Amino acid sequence: MVFGTSASTQRKFRALIADDDPVIQKIHKVLLNKLGFETQVVVNGKEAVDLFRSGAFFNLVLMDMEMPIMDGPQATRELRAMGVKTMIVGVTSRALESEKQAFMGAGLDDCHVKPLSAEIITSLLKKLGKNK
Amino acid sequence: MDSVTQLQGQLVDYTTSLFNEGYLNDQYTQLQQLQDESNPDFVVEVVSLFFEDSERLLNELDRALDQQSLDFRRVDSHVHQLKGSSSSIGAQRVQNVCIVFRNFCEAQNVEGCLQCLQQVRHEYSLVKNKLETLFKLEQKLLAARGSIPTQ
Repeated sequence: MVFGTSASTQRKFRALIADDDPVIQKIHKVLLNKLGFETQVVVNGKEAVDLFRSGAFFNLVLMDMEMPIMDGPQATRELRAMGVKTMIVGVTSRALESEKQAFMGAGLDDCHVKPLSAEIITSLLKKLGKNK
Repeated sequence: MDSVTQLQGQLVDYTTSLFNEGYLNDQYTQLQQLQDESNPDFVVEVVSLFFEDSERLLNELDRALDQQSLDFRRVDSHVHQLKGSSSSIGAQRVQNVCIVFRNFCEAQNVEGCLQCLQQVRHEYSLVKNKLETLFKLEQKLLAARGSIPTQ
């Protein structure tokens, strides 16, 4: 069974939450922790990029679309340009279809309305498990 | 015992009324489902974050709408954030006013924006009161359960 719980032979999945909304940060953190992820939170795209640059590893990034300093699309582009292959899932508040497409075009693997539900995170976990 | 059953009934009725009157929507239920022994105060914690964040944003909106020359993009940015966090906890009525508010920002309608600010403050204080009442009821129920010997 490939879920992110820490069975003796299975290390936990690590997720990065990039979002400037404290309410969303908490909801996603608890949701991801419940489903077996270790989590880290950053408040803008630049912090996300800096983390990866410093050699941090994550299995999943939840990338908010709108953040100060550096937004989701820009951070995603930079991460992909750096060669980061991690699953990056965009998180938006019902943006226009054109904005979502532009965000996907920046290099996302998927995009969902926030806040994410347990079902969506579980399906992401399954995808992560398959890719191992 | 009786008081527990009574309180339980009160809590159910009160919660149902909040949903029926549109103060809360299914997203609030989703939050309740995330609460468990490892996160026993999850809902209260998230809602408290919402209160803090909203109060900050409402103050920012006051400042932004008090300027001689309005920066509608700045106003819209704050409303967008408020819309986001209110929808995350299921505060439907606050969220709805934010949608209208954003339309006025886009249309650069000052009067509309000022009206919406009043309205969103009003809806926010209503939902805050309702949620605080809800939490007090929950605490009463917990206390009543705690003092009753298990059957």
